[in-house]
This record gives sequence, C-alpha cells and structure tokens, in this order.
Amino acid sequence: MQSAVIVFPGSNCDRDLATAIELVTGRAPTMVWHRESELPAGTGLIAVPGGFSYGDYLRSGAIAARSPVMQAVKAAAERGVPVLGICNGFQILTETGLLPGALMRNAGIRFVGRDVALTVENSQSIFTSRYEAAEQVTFPVAHHDGNYSADADTLDRLEGDGRVAFRYAEEVNGSARNIAGILNAAGNVLGMMPHPERAVEGAHGRTDGRRLFEGLLEAVA
Amino acid sequence: MKYRILVTLKPGVLDPQGKAIHHALEGLGFDGVEDVRAGKLIELEVADSVGQPEIEEMCRKLLANTVIENFRIEAAEPARA
Repeated sequence: MQSAVIVFPGSNCDRDLATAIELVTGRAPTMVWHRESELPAGTGLIAVPGGFSYGDYLRSGAIAARSPVMQAVKAAAERGVPVLGICNGFQILTETGLLPGALMRNAGIRFVGRDVALTVENSQSIFTSRYEAAEQVTFPVAHHDGNYSADADTLDRLEGDGRVAFRYAEEVNGSARNIAGILNAAGNVLGMMPHPERAVEGAHGRTDGRRLFEGLLEAVA
Repeated sequence: MKYRILVTLKPGVLDPQGKAIHHALEGLGFDGVEDVRAGKLIELEVADSVGQPEIEEMCRKLLANTVIENFRIEAAEPARA
C-alpha cells in the first residue's frame, strides 16, 4: 500500500506515524512536505501527524489547513482516499472543513500528556474494524487543544450517524460528550486526539493502536 | 489603510482562558468581575485598493474560525485622501 505522511514545519509525530505504518504495512510511507501541491500518484492512505504545525499560531492547525498540500489532501479525501488525522492532524482536518467542529483549549487549561482509556464507539469503520464494539482500549494523549466543540445539532448528527469513533472513558479535556475521535459522513476520514501510533509495539508498553493500522491495511489493500 | 480585526468566541462557547484570567483576577483581590472572555486582536495594514469585502473574506477564510468565533472589523484610521 502506497501511503503518505504529511509534514509541516513543527510536526513532531510524523516519524512515529511513518514507523507505525511501515511496521504494519511493510512499506514506508512517502513523507510529503507542506509546500507540495500534489500527492504521489497512487496514494491509498494519507496520514496527517501530530505536532505543533506553524507553532500553533493563530489557532492550532489553522495555518497548516491553508497550506498547498492540504488542498491536495482535501481533493483526495473527497475522492474517497482514507485520511487519518491524529492530534494536530485532527485539528488540521477540522480547520480544513473535512471534519465538523473545532478543538479548543483543554477545559482545565493544562497540557494533558498521559495514557487514557477510550471506548470504541463504532467498530464498523475502515479505521476501527479490528476492534470490538464498546471495547475499551488505552492510547496515550498529549495535547493542549483537545477540547472538542460543536453545536448541539452537529453533535446529535455525529452520534445519530455513528460518526463518533472513539469516546474518552474518563474526563480528559472537557470535550463535548467526551468525544475523542470522529468520522466524516462518508467514513473515509478519521480525526482523533489520542495517539494510536504510540501504542503499536512492545517497547511502547501497549499495542492497542496497532489494530487501527491493521484494519486500514486490510481495508485499503 | 489600517484595520483592526477583533476575534471573539461565540456566546455560549466555553472559554477556559477567560475562566483562568477570571480566577487570577479574583486571586488578586479584584471582586465584582462577573465574566471574562479572551479573544484576539489582529491589525492589518493594507493597500488602499483593499476593501471591506476582501477583509471580510480574509476573516472568514483564515483569521477567524466561524465554527466557534465571531469577528468584527474596525477601520483603525481614516482612509488616506
């Protein structure tokens, strides 16, 4: 599977994400710099990594979302190419409009960096097919702006359409309805604050994240 | 021509920064502060050919996230004659 990891100035999870993808798919992704206006031909999976793109200036993800490469990512997402945005990647996907809502400053103001328990809310998506419905998993989080916010109608629609992929099983950052990760309407775009790529091998201490990439590989291959 | 863009959180959107500032003011002994909302001020210096509609477009496309924020545009100085 040909995959791409997008790299912005200030990305810092790009290599972790590339390592996780290579570990599971057996093929290293192409690292695509933010100034590129095209993705490599045949890209079957796009991953938007965590970090602090453009120093989080203006709003987290705001400037990255307007970069040339994100126009190409948006076009690919609209064609149905799977897009996975993690942490800052999730913030960027909401800022581009590929996902609804916004990620605001954590309700407790503090940066949260620890392992958190999540519930898999939708186990039917291309990202979560290797999990059981209502299964509890543990992924690390590391963010300052992870407080998911959207109006009540949007939240109801997300819930009603099964687009909440992951929910925090504990209070983490004040997110509306404890939302940790959401899907777009077509189901090919997932944004999530927790880091599955930091839980893929024994040395990480846990491997709950590995199945997300395995499921994707199966769906895309 | 200079414009000031005031970006504020929409009413009802929780503002943790405003809350923290509020607590800090109380800690300093300032009583009677009922609410604090924090926002952003962006100053733009633009050519005279740039009009209000373009500034509004800049706000909608980048300077404010209209999912959670409102914006207000103020001319900071009169247009040059």
